Amino acid sequence: MNIVVLVKQVPDTWSERKLTDADHTLDREAADAVLDEINERAVEEALRIKEAQGGEVTVVSMGPDRATDAIRKALSMGADKAVHVSDEALHGSDAVQTARVLAKAIGTVEGYDLILAGNEATDGRAGAVPAMIAELLGLPQLTQARKVSFDGSTVTVERETEEGLTTVQASLPAVVSVTEKINEPRYPSFKGIMAAKKKPVNTVTVADLGIDAGEVGLAGALTTVLEAAPKPPRTAGERVEDDGTGGTKIAEYLVGQKLI
Amino acid sequence: MTPRFDPHDPLDLDSQLSAEEIAIRDTVRAFCADRITPHIGEWFERGELPTARELAKEMGRLGLLGMHLEGYGCAGASAVHYGLACLELEACDSGIRSLVSVQGSLAMFAIWRFGSEEQKRRWLPGMAAGDTIGCFGLTEPDHGSDPGSMRTSARRDGDDWVLNGRKMWITNGSIADVAVVWARTDDGIRGFLVPAGTPGFAAPLMHRKLSLRASVTSELVLDDVRLPADAMLPEATGLGAPLRCLNEARYGIVWGSVGAGRTALETALEYAGSRRQFDRPLAAFQLTQAKLADMTLRVHNASLLALHLGRLKDAGRLRPEQVSYGKLNNVREALDVCRTARTILGANGISLEYPVIRHMTNLESVLTYEGTVEMHTLVLGQALTGIPAFRG
Ligand SMILES: Cc1cc2nc3c(=O)[nH]c(=O)nc-3n(C[C@H](O)[C@H](O)[C@H](O)COP(=O)(O)OP(=O)(O)OC[C@H]3O[C@@H](n4cnc5c(N)ncnc54)[C@H](O)[C@@H]3O)c2cc1C
Repeated sequence: MNIVVLVKQVPDTWSERKLTDADHTLDREAADAVLDEINERAVEEALRIKEAQGGEVTVVSMGPDRATDAIRKALSMGADKAVHVSDEALHGSDAVQTARVLAKAIGTVEGYDLILAGNEATDGRAGAVPAMIAELLGLPQLTQARKVSFDGSTVTVERETEEGLTTVQASLPAVVSVTEKINEPRYPSFKGIMAAKKKPVNTVTVADLGIDAGEVGLAGALTTVLEAAPKPPRTAGERVEDDGTGGTKIAEYLVGQKLI
Repeated sequence: MTPRFDPHDPLDLDSQLSAEEIAIRDTVRAFCADRITPHIGEWFERGELPTARELAKEMGRLGLLGMHLEGYGCAGASAVHYGLACLELEACDSGIRSLVSVQGSLAMFAIWRFGSEEQKRRWLPGMAAGDTIGCFGLTEPDHGSDPGSMRTSARRDGDDWVLNGRKMWITNGSIADVAVVWARTDDGIRGFLVPAGTPGFAAPLMHRKLSLRASVTSELVLDDVRLPADAMLPEATGLGAPLRCLNEARYGIVWGSVGAGRTALETALEYAGSRRQFDRPLAAFQLTQAKLADMTLRVHNASLLALHLGRLKDAGRLRPEQVSYGKLNNVREALDVCRTARTILGANGISLEYPVIRHMTNLESVLTYEGTVEMHTLVLGQALTGIPAFRG
């Protein structure tokens, strides 16, 4: 089975994340960049499928030069090759534009059966890109997967949402996005790390993908960030005095917050 | 643009590392943070390494075991890669680094360098994978710094060898599947591969250590241990062979000790920033700043030295005297840093709630094994003066 995995370089969740004052896009200098954890799980799932069934794993990423680190990490975990879309014109692209570019980039990969992605990135958290790509490519989408299995050309996914668990099926090729629960990603092995630099990375511009630079980037984005403010500091919280009804009050609070 | 000053990398040494070197370092760091650091304080307190076998397998999957050796399932990494890995392991605990050093640089290296093709094929792949654990028996109860006077003997009996003697302070001994044992024969010191379970061979655990507690240290008992002819390492003739192995492991200590010092320094820096006395953080006192500055110099100078020696080793230019230089300097500095860090933590400095006292007591072993401070001083003394001062 040939698998495409979408990966993304994101600011490390441990470092301070900021938007630039100039255009409210991510300040990439302010934070350490890492391969998004959820993408590591997508890569891990792809590798497990490959190990069970054979085939090839291709990593596709869109992002500035720094994204090569995320790509290298995926390659050192065991992916076979990569396509990296890197273009100044992409700066400030929104979810729809990103999906269009990625769909084209995926189109350069021959004979894929499955597209795997993380459910939502830890930075933007839009969670829409995998679904948009499926739509653009005319493929079935199976999102929020916590378990993926195959039977011939059918893929079955356990889909987990706040409402509960559903089992969904589609025929391949399909787009599957995975959640945190899907697996524990492996550490890249030293052999993998050393082999990674010899694996092919095809770096392409938007023009190479047949996209007009004017269609992407901040100027042509369908969504605009007008204002950004840092999260207000934590408030003192709510205090429940226990006059015998404390337990009930806490339970009511949690229900109100949709936590239980 | 000059990059900003990073208190964790004040000399910007990262700029001297390749992306691949950083990737290997980060992988070991992540592995330690996930799998070892959460438990190490407890293991040390209990004086056990309860999951040693499991850990070895995980390390094998990473490629940590015998990582700088070529072929036979080993990763074939560079000396700098290996050094960076040792640094991260020892930033976690010297005992964990010892497990890896003994496996890779002593036991595996001995077989890889001095073994027959058949011995290499039989042992190395399993050892690289962490399925098979090895130990290295040189030191004896009565012969430490002067191993050339060892008593353990191997005598021929037909085609077989029969070994008798005792080894002491052997890391990984009780969990080892194979022991590399050095013994005196009619034609000098030779190395033997002794599989665990061979009749007459036992490896009882040594107790009551107050250092390197998260490491298995054992005695090796050899009472008429009969081994076939092919148990001897054919290429190892004379004391030079085990000393060659020790030189490999020592190189890892040059790096590893920096890790122990780094953890102590970082712990002290963080503590000094948050702990307040006399209405100010400890970090605001000049006396504390002097300590922090001094520790920083020691840790990062040591790091610079390690990297330099690593580059020499990769270029095939590293001399044993230079490894002595590195071991002597870096372990001594790391120990000094731990002791200073301990004072900054006050009473907490002696608690296993913090890593400092653990590193400090561990380094007392590191200071002694693989050649004591005195031995390396004499090695340098001889290199400087041309006069050996080891005896008489
Ligand atoms: C935790 C731990 C793990 C170990 N693991 C291993 C292992 O896996 N395999 C192995 O073979 N060994 C191992 N060792 C043993 C270690 O290598 C020896 O302890 C070391 O070589 C010193 O020998 P010794 O303890 O007998 O000290 P001694 O040689 O008795 O030395 C005692 C003191 O006298 C000094 N001294 C000795 N000779 C001279 C001289 N000529 N001039 C000046 N001073 C001198 C020494 O420097 C030292 O300070 C381990 C030790 C420890 C503590």
